[in-house]
Amino acid sequence: RVLAEAVLHFAAGQAEVTLGAGTGDRIGLRSHVDDVAEPSKAMVTELWLGRDEFQAVAVAPGSRVTFCLKEFRALLSFAEASNLSLTIHYDTPGRPLVVTAEDTVLEVHLVLATLSDLESSSRPSQTNHVSHLAAPSDDDLESYMIALEAGADEGGSGVPPSPTFPLRTPRSAPSDPEEEEEEEEAAVPGTPPHKKFRSLFFGSVLTPGGAGPAPSQEVLAEDSDGEN
Amino acid sequence: MRFRAKIVDLACLNHFSRVTGTIARLARSCALRLTAGKLFFILADRAAGGGAGLWCELCQGNYFDEFQMEGVAAEHNEIYLEVVPENLSRALKTAQNAKAFKIKLTNKHCPCLRVAVELTSLSNSSRIVTHDIPVAVIPRRLWNDFREPSVPDFDVSIYLPALKTMKSVVERMKNLSNSIVIEANLSGEMNLKIETAVVCVTTHFKDLGNPPWGKLDGCPSSSQVRDPESMAEARIDIKKLQQLLAGQQVNPTKALCNIVSKRIVHFVLLHEDVSLQYFIPALA
Repeated sequence: RVLAEAVLHFAAGQAEVTLGAGTGDRIGLRSHVDDVAEPSKAMVTELWLGRDEFQAVAVAPGSRVTFCLKEFRALLSFAEASNLSLTIHYDTPGRPLVVTAEDTVLEVHLVLATLSDLESSSRPSQTNHVSHLAAPSDDDLESYMIALEAGADEGGSGVPPSPTFPLRTPRSAPSDPEEEEEEEEAAVPGTPPHKKFRSLFFGSVLTPGGAGPAPSQEVLAEDSDGEN
Repeated sequence: MRFRAKIVDLACLNHFSRVTGTIARLARSCALRLTAGKLFFILADRAAGGGAGLWCELCQGNYFDEFQMEGVAAEHNEIYLEVVPENLSRALKTAQNAKAFKIKLTNKHCPCLRVAVELTSLSNSSRIVTHDIPVAVIPRRLWNDFREPSVPDFDVSIYLPALKTMKSVVERMKNLSNSIVIEANLSGEMNLKIETAVVCVTTHFKDLGNPPWGKLDGCPSSSQVRDPESMAEARIDIKKLQQLLAGQQVNPTKALCNIVSKRIVHFVLLHEDVSLQYFIPALA
């Protein structure tokens, strides 16, 4: 609920927001300005949340990631209505941010791509620094998808600050944003990587074929349509 | 050049929020003029053919608990900023229950109005939300463009009917036509007319009363010899009229319009502590 109230302050159209750990144990949210558009014309909104407003905080000071607000808002309103606690896991800019929530009947994993630095798009950067905008987020989605195929280790639950996703070198040609979307949305039966990606968003503990999302070796959330 | 101000009273804050909301509906971008005692929102678009003009004046003392302004120079103790009122309005919208609202002119990477809203969050701790609203400083040589427009030499001046009624009439007419004819005479009668290929719709208002401009100095002489039944009319863009009416959330103390036949309609809306003038030019 704290977060839902916090995001109210951002404009309805605000595309991206930066979440960061500031000084003095504060967590900040700041609207992200797209460099492409006129930077001097955009209104910037910023607010800080105290550590005590969270149930638990384990962040590296100065760390910061930028992600899409729209999807986050959607999850927030769902979580608020269902009275769920949200856990946010993030890593360096460019690596995905995962929001998880758990209930007796469901588990939610929302994976969002974060903006990365242009220079470090081919390998994960080891130092936490402010992410500049330039690289489109589809680069990150791609690396993430590859990591999935390769059997990324989730390892996130219970180990703050973030799940680690070993990254391979991504394909050299970044795909078209449009193409990327089509891959996500088209139901392409029998094509393993796409199917896995589509199923990331919600996994149900009732899925036949076993364990829920958490301890899986290969995917964060099993395909609810069930290979079996 | 310095500006900083603070509002702590919730009623004043809401009032200011309503004013900026109204302005935001009327202009995408306008000039904000700050003087020691007043704030003005000005849109001087009239040169660009078909543009509407806006002049809104507020007494800062009625809104702000603290107000400090130092203009560009001692003899010109004023600041003119170009601002997008929608940004200010948005910042104010989420400040409904704020403990304090502060606004300051800063110049970090570019000139900004930094708005800091202090709220009580859910966990009862104080939360501060800041909004940086980019502005442009309008140089002194352009200040002449933003002078207060003089009351035009109107043919008819008449009080407006209840704004709520007028708003609902205009809103329905907007669906049928792009332009609307306002006509009124000195006998307190006003008609709003639209005409399309298929239908003509006219709404008649009576007994509205005419403001006694005759008593003021410099009254247009034409009003003395004018036939009280004769209508002065102007065809204006219906959307502009609708935007003006839609933005009024509080009933003004006085609302009137001055019509210069076939040229311009000048609306004047007066509240206790804010006055708004809106000029809509007639369509060709």
